Amino acid sequence: MPKRTDIQHVLVIGSGPIVIGQAAEFDYSGTQACRVLRSEGLRVSLVNSNPATIMTDPEFADATYIEPVTPDFVEKVIAAERPDAILATLGGQTALNCAVALHERGVLEKYGVELIGADIDAIQRGEDRQKFKDIVRTIGAEVPRSRVCHDMDEVRSTVEELGLPVVIRPSFTMGGLGSGMAHTPEDLERLASTGLTESPVTEVLIEESVLGWKEYELELMRDKHDNVVVVCSIENVDAMGVHTGDSVTVAPTMTLTDREFQVMRDVGIAVLREVGVDTGGCNIQFAFNPADGRMVVIEMNPRVSRSSALASKATGFPIAKIAAKLAIGYTLDEIRNDITGETPAAFEPTLDYVVVKVPRFAFEKFPGADPTLTTTMKSVGEAMSFGRSFPEALGKAMRSIETKATGFWTLPDPEGATVESTLDSLRTPHEGRLYEVELALRLGATVEQVHEASGIDPWFIDQIALIGEVGAEVRDAPVLDGDLLRRAKRTGLSDRQIAALRPELAGEDGVRALRHRLGVRPVFKTVDTCAAEFAAKTPYHYSAYETDPAAVSEVAAQGDKPKVLILGSGPNRIGQGIEFDYSCVHAAIALREAGFEAVMVNCNPETVSTDYDTSDRLYFEPLSFEDVLEVVHAEQQSGTVAGVIVQLGGQTPLGLAQRLADAGVPVVGTPPEAIDLAEDRGAFGEVLTEAGLPAPKYGTATSFEGAKRIADEIGYPVLVRPSYVLGGRGMEIVYDEESLAGYIRRATEVTPEHPVLVDRFLDDAIEIDVDALFDGEDLYLGGVMEHIEEAGIHSGDSSCALPPITLGAQDLDAVRRSTEAIARGVGVRGLLNVQYALKDDVLYVLEANPRASRTVPFVSKATAVPLAKAAALVMTGSTIKDLRASGVLPAEGDGGRMPADSPVAVKEAVLPFHRFRTPEGHGVDSLLGPEMKSTGEVMGVDTSFGKAFAKSQSGAYGSLPTSGRVFVSVANRDKRSLVFPVKRLADLGFEILATSGTAEVLRRNGVACSVVRKHSEPDPGTGEPNIVDVILAGEVNMVINTPYGNSGPRVDGYEIRTAAVSRDIPCVTTVQGAAAAVHGIEALIRGDIGVRSLQDLQAALKATS
Amino acid sequence: MSTGTRGPAALVLEDGRVFRGAAYGARGRTLGEAVFCTGMTGYQETLTDPSYHRQIVVQTAPQIGNTGWNDEDDESARIWVSGYVVRDPARTPSSWRAKRTLDDELVRQGVVGISEVDTRTLTRHLREQGAMRAGVFSGDALGSDEQMVAEVLASPPMKGADLAGEVSTDKPYVVAAHGETRFRVAALDLGIKSNTPRLMTQRGIEVHVLPSSTSAEELLALEPDGVFLSNGPGDPATTAHATALTKTVLEQRIPLFGICFGNQILGRALGLGTYKMRYGHRGINIPVIDVATGRVAITAQNHGFALEGEPGQRFDSPYGAAQISHYCPNDDTVEGVRAFDVPAFSVQYHPEAAAGPHDAAPLFDEFVDLMEKKA
Repeated sequence: MPKRTDIQHVLVIGSGPIVIGQAAEFDYSGTQACRVLRSEGLRVSLVNSNPATIMTDPEFADATYIEPVTPDFVEKVIAAERPDAILATLGGQTALNCAVALHERGVLEKYGVELIGADIDAIQRGEDRQKFKDIVRTIGAEVPRSRVCHDMDEVRSTVEELGLPVVIRPSFTMGGLGSGMAHTPEDLERLASTGLTESPVTEVLIEESVLGWKEYELELMRDKHDNVVVVCSIENVDAMGVHTGDSVTVAPTMTLTDREFQVMRDVGIAVLREVGVDTGGCNIQFAFNPADGRMVVIEMNPRVSRSSALASKATGFPIAKIAAKLAIGYTLDEIRNDITGETPAAFEPTLDYVVVKVPRFAFEKFPGADPTLTTTMKSVGEAMSFGRSFPEALGKAMRSIETKATGFWTLPDPEGATVESTLDSLRTPHEGRLYEVELALRLGATVEQVHEASGIDPWFIDQIALIGEVGAEVRDAPVLDGDLLRRAKRTGLSDRQIAALRPELAGEDGVRALRHRLGVRPVFKTVDTCAAEFAAKTPYHYSAYETDPAAVSEVAAQGDKPKVLILGSGPNRIGQGIEFDYSCVHAAIALREAGFEAVMVNCNPETVSTDYDTSDRLYFEPLSFEDVLEVVHAEQQSGTVAGVIVQLGGQTPLGLAQRLADAGVPVVGTPPEAIDLAEDRGAFGEVLTEAGLPAPKYGTATSFEGAKRIADEIGYPVLVRPSYVLGGRGMEIVYDEESLAGYIRRATEVTPEHPVLVDRFLDDAIEIDVDALFDGEDLYLGGVMEHIEEAGIHSGDSSCALPPITLGAQDLDAVRRSTEAIARGVGVRGLLNVQYALKDDVLYVLEANPRASRTVPFVSKATAVPLAKAAALVMTGSTIKDLRASGVLPAEGDGGRMPADSPVAVKEAVLPFHRFRTPEGHGVDSLLGPEMKSTGEVMGVDTSFGKAFAKSQSGAYGSLPTSGRVFVSVANRDKRSLVFPVKRLADLGFEILATSGTAEVLRRNGVACSVVRKHSEPDPGTGEPNIVDVILAGEVNMVINTPYGNSGPRVDGYEIRTAAVSRDIPCVTTVQGAAAAVHGIEALIRGDIGVRSLQDLQAALKATS
Repeated sequence: MSTGTRGPAALVLEDGRVFRGAAYGARGRTLGEAVFCTGMTGYQETLTDPSYHRQIVVQTAPQIGNTGWNDEDDESARIWVSGYVVRDPARTPSSWRAKRTLDDELVRQGVVGISEVDTRTLTRHLREQGAMRAGVFSGDALGSDEQMVAEVLASPPMKGADLAGEVSTDKPYVVAAHGETRFRVAALDLGIKSNTPRLMTQRGIEVHVLPSSTSAEELLALEPDGVFLSNGPGDPATTAHATALTKTVLEQRIPLFGICFGNQILGRALGLGTYKMRYGHRGINIPVIDVATGRVAITAQNHGFALEGEPGQRFDSPYGAAQISHYCPNDDTVEGVRAFDVPAFSVQYHPEAAAGPHDAAPLFDEFVDLMEKKA
């Protein structure tokens, strides 16, 4: 049944910005889809607002619309492109919801567009909880007992029947947003009412608790000939009650007999058929009662999901790619299995290894947020690893995740821990729980006790006990001989863990030296979909230790092409996200084109870089020093390694640069010494002094006294932070001595090795971000971005505009001169990111990072120049002159000299505040500061700033309002600057609400407004609601609130902002943001915002430049 | 799990390759044909499948024994594999149905195994060099490499082995139909698995399981509505008796259904040849395409021999027109034959699954249809 001939043009809908619950996996799946559809000769249009994605590179579609993924904008794209069909099943919940909305508005019908993959009925059967339950019952399977409720009365009567605890799940939300477990009537009231609000259809499901049951997932695919295969089975180590995105998960299932597994498979297939997903992938979750094997179906996603990405990487079966082929008419038996090259895709992968995924959290970014793991997903990223056993894969995953602890025993035990306290702690799911499993066992708890406390299956606990026993053997052995060392490595122990157990070995380096002397090295195996039944054509490798002397490595010898290793960025986290993967992928593409063999090393299953198609060879390995060194060794055994690129994957590989160079690994690009120079404030200060560049005054302190002395000297406010951080971790603006003392107290790790930096904070300065390329001779200024928020907001959280909207030619000249001086002074070869603050016409250098920055993809798209590709080529020996000659870079000019009529691109950050709650169920503060908190970004691009800003807001938060009520409450210092924008809003017809102080200023300036009582002001007896009540009641459409004083639960601003967050309305917290919002609102009201493809915009740019 | 506590063991192949690990299950020596099985679940069913008689089974799934051993999932009265090769055996099984560990069961039944082998390197070797004779040695049986290789070379090869008689039931027995008895089927036990009669009885079939030596007269005396040829071990070229019996059934136009070994026997009765495959099909993820519908079933398989023929090929048999009705798209191996002029069909895979997916279970319904049409 070959390809359909009635489809010539497909519109692919992407998933928009990276948010918790919807991350890079949809870039991976969407990119695959675009590639497949184009290679089938179809025209592909794409809409996605996320510039950091590979899929929005102009090469991946015929027409790429970086526009908001909202029905309004997608309709404009449909009208402009007139596609035959829409593929929405590869863009997560966002794309699916958008498709449903387009259907409901009649847009699909109006333009005669067919939804391929899953039709509206199938989407609704899969997503509507009641319909889905009925379907499961129809095919004779069970679901947890439950009822759908639309108001609190229904909720209460349902719970009377089912009894507590119950699970609350709002309909049509993603990543389990708003769902949770109610143990008490109070929990029930709170969670159910929030859930009803979160659900776009005011609907929640109240469900019998299956807490503590075993949790499984199946990834299935179906073609239009009704062939169905199970691609992968996944078992959650954490029992039911923890969102699968927050669970440690394992593939394949470990603790099911074949009988149980086949029943699950039968039910999965029957559900898929009954729901009627015509073609493509779906994911179904199951729960098993460990006491009697009763199985219930939990839910299904009638689309490619986060787990599909995991399953694709875990098995080598590319679900999204095949889903795209199925959607245009192919059947599974007509599609080739890329890995074997000979057998068809109509089969079920079988694994001869174990895959473990560990989630990465960011609770430290959201003080006050409840770190308990529930059915609402809270993790921001994940790492996956391969091993030949669960212990080996778990050890690798634990060191891939890059938390402070890098495996058992690498951090001291919590003080005063006892068996009882540890078991007690295990009862509540939280981050890093497996460390407590090991600790409890070590303190004497039995497997059964740990199982009872944690709900984790005894098999997994016993495997951790095995790791503990091997660890004890290593610790206690009189001599660490080759046999024991090999066994320890086979059990997944890292050199660092062994060093922690054997202090006399002089650390990780000592262990490695001993290991190499004893000849204990890993073998590299292949992910081949078939457990070696067929020869693999695709080199997709992982390391493993074998004790069997017959074990062999499978890395084939290569030809004479020089090889370049690219180190990826590891798990996504706030501050190090998909942007870095973008740069790594571009490097791979550029190096392959330039005649190198590109070899990728990474451990993030969500990414395009870990697609086996991206590089010549993929090593799915932790980015720890030990593991990277072994990959380099394996590659050196099989050919010539020309260089290792550490500059593109963010801080993770950068942190390895010096040690790799010391170990004799050829690190290319900016040398490690230069990287160090830029990070070392003292040495970097000298570079600046020499070049005559001003920087804010600063000092380095190792104690409160030291910090106080510096602050007194340079004057408050000061910016304090630990040295060597990415994403502004632990950074704060401190206004007085008391807060400074508080900061130092909280930063418990201040030591001479880890000092605190104290900088003068430049109030009211304009922040400027620059990405540039330097080859030792010439500078190419990639782009100059002007932040919309003032300096002090982390650049990752700040919106910015390119070209800069208020900077003059003189300022840009100063930026260019300074950037070149820094590049030369530091010794950059490749990319450089510099942050400046412009205050009173003085350009201060805030910091310089000789690596790919978060803004590289944004700049590349806004200026139509592939910066990361150029950087990879500069690092491997090309000059900027060469690249200008070959057309990689423009022949003349650069991103610092944009034509006067070039479009304006605005980047806006997307923040995850609404996903977090305090343990009491309140929202967390949405205030921005020097510590980065955003998970992703969108780009808005148009002919003027106002339109571009409006698009960026629509893409990030849904739309700016065009009418209604705006609430204004600002700090005294901001009142003067806000009069004008607020007056404009009033003129545009908005009703203005304000607190008394702000209202007074507004009225004096002729702006009519009503006064609303602050949350903290007592009710004067009128019974009128305070502002928080008004916001929560949904009577406000936008909030402008700038902070006065410190963040904290007792401050009014906090209450106002969290209320805005929970109602999901725009909440502007800076003066500049308010001005930009007014621009955007004006543009929306004029109604002249159109859509334009990136190809079109870039062609225009190239023509004029 | 160190060799220190379990003692060393060696897996020795006839081509001289030696894999070293730790003893597992019973200690001692065992000889057989080394084959690999790629199923990720169902080791209990695999171990008790009579088709694995005289084979040393290598599990490619690295962690085995996780769900222990229960009293329900055996596919026959005993473990049939001659030796068992795994990477990591479970220490603590976890399943509410588990009664004991797999290790205990292997010891109880005297099955010699080996663990901690790099099963992937071994599997790749078998894939390239083909299934071959092998031995597992542990405890006192461990000798020098030369000595162990010599013992392996002295063992009989699988080609030419007539094994059905060794695994077949001694005496006939009857498995009653569930509910109303609609049909009586004579099932020739060449190594039948428990789930096969179970699936037939669920369809109202009374199953008479007969020894492989049953004569045509004895079989016909039962006046069966249908005849079933089971799976089983060994070289189909050695089954002159079963093939002759099948010819009689075809002549009598009694509906006939065969699986696995039974497929090879029907094929031979229809005039096709059989050959030994390099490393066979052993797993529960193997696609089969039905020529009639073009649809794919994911099947459980366990065969080292196959019928000669091309996908979809039609041929003339002594019993009229026939066709290669099913094939495996991985390598175009014959996976089923169908006769058009007599009521007979068979498949090379296992519709009874156990272990494996249930995609092919409707073939039993097809057998019922054949008998209904005949009736």
